[in-house]
Amino acid sequence: MIEKINIEKQEEIDKVVAAKPKKINEFLYFALRNNKLKIGLAIVLFFLLLTIIGPFLTDYELNTFSVGPLSAPPSSEYWFGTTTFGQDVYTQFVYGLRATFIVGVIGGSLATFLGLIIGFTAGYRGGIIDELLNMLTNIILVIPAFAILLIIAAYLKVRGIVTESILIGFINWTWTARAVRAQTFSLRSREFVDMARISGMKPFKIIFTEIAPNMMSYLLMAFILQFGGAVLFAATLDFIGLGPTQGISLGLMMNYAVLWGALQLGSWWWFIPPGFAIMAIVGSLYIMNVGLDEVFNPKLREF
Amino acid sequence: MRRYFGRKMIIYGITFFLAVTIDWAIPRFMPGNPIHTMLARIGQHAEGVEAMYTYYTKAFGLDLPIWKQYLNFWNALFHGDLGTSVFRFPQPVSAIIIKAVPFSVCLLIPAILLSFWAGNKFGAFAARTKVLDNTVLPLGYILTATPYMWLGILLVWSLGIVADIFPVAGAYGFNLAPSLSWMFIASLIKHWFLPFVSLFLVGFGGWAIGMRNMIIYELESDYSHYLETLGATRSLVRKYAYRNALLPQITGLALQLGVIVAGQVVTEAVFSYPGIGWLILAAIQNQDYFLLQGCFLIIIIMVLIANFIIDIVYVVVDPRTRLGMMGG
Repeated sequence: MIEKINIEKQEEIDKVVAAKPKKINEFLYFALRNNKLKIGLAIVLFFLLLTIIGPFLTDYELNTFSVGPLSAPPSSEYWFGTTTFGQDVYTQFVYGLRATFIVGVIGGSLATFLGLIIGFTAGYRGGIIDELLNMLTNIILVIPAFAILLIIAAYLKVRGIVTESILIGFINWTWTARAVRAQTFSLRSREFVDMARISGMKPFKIIFTEIAPNMMSYLLMAFILQFGGAVLFAATLDFIGLGPTQGISLGLMMNYAVLWGALQLGSWWWFIPPGFAIMAIVGSLYIMNVGLDEVFNPKLREF
Repeated sequence: MRRYFGRKMIIYGITFFLAVTIDWAIPRFMPGNPIHTMLARIGQHAEGVEAMYTYYTKAFGLDLPIWKQYLNFWNALFHGDLGTSVFRFPQPVSAIIIKAVPFSVCLLIPAILLSFWAGNKFGAFAARTKVLDNTVLPLGYILTATPYMWLGILLVWSLGIVADIFPVAGAYGFNLAPSLSWMFIASLIKHWFLPFVSLFLVGFGGWAIGMRNMIIYELESDYSHYLETLGATRSLVRKYAYRNALLPQITGLALQLGVIVAGQVVTEAVFSYPGIGWLILAAIQNQDYFLLQGCFLIIIIMVLIANFIIDIVYVVVDPRTRLGMMGG
């Protein structure tokens, strides 16, 4: 009996292995024909490139006062103009972009990871563990995350970008956990999971070799949304003055611009680039997400 | 029905309990003595610091055993005592907050309800309409990805400072005293308009996209196809699809509350609008921790109430939940 199952299992594995390259080809086929995905990805990659090579293109030190005239408009010398204190805005911008990507990657992956672990455990185990984790999720969903971060950040004396990202990750995982739990719940009673269980696989292995691969497309999309969420969240915190205590970020740039009268002085070059970059990056991520959804789900493709 | 709401109330009760505990615990268990930090930042004469140190140690009740501090905190809370503000000294925190709440509520509730209504209608209308889908929905994505404060900054700068149409700060003209005159009301509305628009627009984009994505799932489901083959009109199919697609949107509203509150805080900060968000900003800038803790609690309470209202609305809107409750 067990042998028979093993043979069937082996056949199934063979089929999966054989099907895999075809599946990737199919994914690429539709991905390369999806304009939303291509445009979104292009914009995100553009900003990523700017983050990597941007700092090499500036001659000025970050946040040094009076490297140029005060409140000068953009020119060939100062690409994005200067601040009220004569700081170079372009330099702040490219370093701020770096902070944005750091927050997105660390905050987004931590939130996705925690959501996965908690969602899988709750969904696969069920019973009392599920009840408890579900309650925890519901409670954290109800408390506005912003309020918790507000009170924690206010009492942290020294805050770095990484600390901020970790705090955001620890608070933003809830909706991913909820969705992963629901999907795990529906997958765990499928035949192939039962089969794996009968053949004596450990729960941990079942989750990662049998259940998770079926949700890969979903996980990718969850990460993209978490990335965008973390970036917006960080901008909000930075803007009210609870961001990193040293260094720069796009949210801090807007905070400084408002505090030091950029609006009244008409220094639009100081507050337009940071907000625009956040909007472009997060917006492209969202559009990429719709594109991916269409690639993975044939029902949604345009006709 | 009683079981359903009973369960919800337990969750809300625990949440409130936890929130108050966090509010109490964070100042006490964070690294460093909060009073030292606070006084170091204020930086005054040695005698003044000494006097303030004793005052705050007493005010926080830090000389008592820890369990007693905790009980005292709850006791004070039930008496509406949230401490004394540093930044507007002898005023109690609760009085300052009560004055700010109406401004925040009058900004938030119309912005949430109108953007939810208009966004859903528009999203349902735009879905599967080729031209709209390809032109207006990208705009929706851009709107929902816009940081609240940036939209606020752009509005203040363009319509407030450059065009000089709208006032840029406050809730009413600085030369007016609150009264029931037309001039005062006109001034209130004029000051209210831009912050409202900026909250509305970001929300509108999000709901429109959410509805568009939801209704596509519904339009592809069996009941919609069945209706179509029966010869139902396009608008009838959409009507049924819309009702089904609205349910997850209502759940989404509950999930989004936290984000909306955060957006409102920064919007008020940009427009210097004297609600809770502006108080939070002032509290951070002046290291007024009592005020900050009070704002934290009031946000939690408002979000809990909103969640409860959404729970009730959900039961009213979706007959299936009622059916399930009767059966179980």
